[in-house]
Amino acid sequence: MARRKSVRVVLGLVTLLFFFRGVSLAASSRPAVAAVREVWSSDPGGVHGPERSRRATDLRPAVQASAPGPVDREVAALEEQVAAARSAGDNSWMLVCCALVLLMTGPGLALFYGGLVRKKNVLGTMMQSFTLMALVTVLWALFGYSLCFAPGSRFLGGLSYLFLHGVGAAPNPAYAATIPQQTFMLFQLMFAIITPALITGAFAERMKFSAMALFMILWTIVVYDPLAHMVWGAGGFLNASGGRFPTLDFAGGTVVHISSGVSALVCALYLGKRLGYPKEATPPHSVVLSFIGACLLWVGWFGFNAGSALAAGSLASSAFLATQFGAAAGVMGWAAAEWMRNGKPSALGAISGAVAGLVAITPASGFVGPMPSLLIGLVAGLVGYTMVALVKSRLGYDDSLDAFGVHGMCGTAGALLTGIFASSAVNPIYKDAAGRALGVGLIDGNPHQLLNQVVAVGISWGLAIVGSLFALKIVDLVVGLRVPADQEVQGLDLSQHGEEGYNLEA
Amino acid sequence: MTKVEAIIRPSSFEAVKSALHEIGVEGMTVSDVRGHGRQKGHTEVYRGREYAVDLLPKIKIEMVLPDTLVEASVRAILDAAKTGKIGDGKIFLSRVDDAIRIRNEEKGEPAL
Repeated sequence: MARRKSVRVVLGLVTLLFFFRGVSLAASSRPAVAAVREVWSSDPGGVHGPERSRRATDLRPAVQASAPGPVDREVAALEEQVAAARSAGDNSWMLVCCALVLLMTGPGLALFYGGLVRKKNVLGTMMQSFTLMALVTVLWALFGYSLCFAPGSRFLGGLSYLFLHGVGAAPNPAYAATIPQQTFMLFQLMFAIITPALITGAFAERMKFSAMALFMILWTIVVYDPLAHMVWGAGGFLNASGGRFPTLDFAGGTVVHISSGVSALVCALYLGKRLGYPKEATPPHSVVLSFIGACLLWVGWFGFNAGSALAAGSLASSAFLATQFGAAAGVMGWAAAEWMRNGKPSALGAISGAVAGLVAITPASGFVGPMPSLLIGLVAGLVGYTMVALVKSRLGYDDSLDAFGVHGMCGTAGALLTGIFASSAVNPIYKDAAGRALGVGLIDGNPHQLLNQVVAVGISWGLAIVGSLFALKIVDLVVGLRVPADQEVQGLDLSQHGEEGYNLEA
Repeated sequence: MTKVEAIIRPSSFEAVKSALHEIGVEGMTVSDVRGHGRQKGHTEVYRGREYAVDLLPKIKIEMVLPDTLVEASVRAILDAAKTGKIGDGKIFLSRVDDAIRIRNEEKGEPAL
């Protein structure tokens, strides 16, 4: 019975796949769509695409030739006003996005994780996310931004932006030509904050606060900064425009989710299980808190993905749409799987599915249309459920809050699916010498892209494993990783912070 | 004097309380308790992990009553708390030697 059901599900998925393929083939043969593509292709490119500011300047020679003198000055003045207006529009959107992405860590992730632990650890867990909001900000100002985005080698940024030297109101055309570099720096900071915060789910309820802080300092230096530079930094090894293996990662499938998710698994294995796991019950103390947190994550994710367009143009709308559709399908996938296996769809399953869908759509959000977004979200919901409910218990590791199952595995699925579904109709990131759009993903006629994605996934996994082991070993030697057993029983709130989350009788 | 202890479903508490007030019970002490008798608990599933919950939430009412009220109060509790399904709870009766009102040191039944 069960086998017949699963055969039916597989058949359904295959049919869906052909449906998407068919739609995309049909679309490319229609002239109206070609016209739409023309319009799209005049829009700025991907997250760090090179096409940002060409339009205005391209027009200038023609105007100058036909209209010299005072008209020329008037045109120049108008052009300046247009540029200023565009810059103001882009900058206001991007500042909102900065705030939205910070909202994902606190309160979003802090509540999501805080609700999933037992009540004696609620403050300790929330405090880890919150501390990273402060700690990573300081590191970012001192050297983090420079190591990620200053011109440097293929693998790590240089030191020219140390202490944010020269990072001011002037845009940095290598990344975003219409917003102050300060805005770009802040936007990227919010990513650098949430990424390590995601890892904290793996070692929840047992790691020393001091060890967590020291580990995260090392981790951002040896894993996050190099990976962010490789994928997003100008001249990076995996950069989509000009890297050795041009990788499509619109908003952080590799840099954020694979890096944090795989590191989470390494942490869970290195630290070992919580006392009593899995014999003793460790149910979430408040799915309500997690629920609020997940909803905030969903909302903040619009800043994360749509903001990665780095401008308020139509690409931002497209990424916004993909984000919404990916999340929605993720909910359906996870809830359906749970419903079939347990007979009940749970609230925790539904919100976990949303996060899984959002994770998987992250790298794809600026490259795929609505139907692939739904498919990617659905796959992520199923992958997440399978990892968390079936694989984890079979392998027996204690990834307390499933940072690996959700972020590592759904991030990997998303990164690979991006290589399949990325479309030049959405984002013509690759062009030939004559400026015509080339195929982007596998279905779009660029099978090589999938290989690039595989390479990037492999490098991200490798760097996360090696870097995390290195950081864990050092922290283990210097301060020790786990709290003593009696403190673990007592809870992190009291043992690490000297307070309790709930003093309801006070 | 008799002490009446009733352990009942939280969902029947309001009905039991008003039934007791109606027959003239003037004081009671109520606490949230957890426990189990013959009623099996239930399982909860979080991300595929099953948790057996075998201690269920109940409400315990404690009253010390003059003997004339005991019969009626037991009847009132039975009428209000009985659903006929496992898990309705239990009533315990025990003799009480004395009672003392702290405010004016009254003793015996007048102190109730």
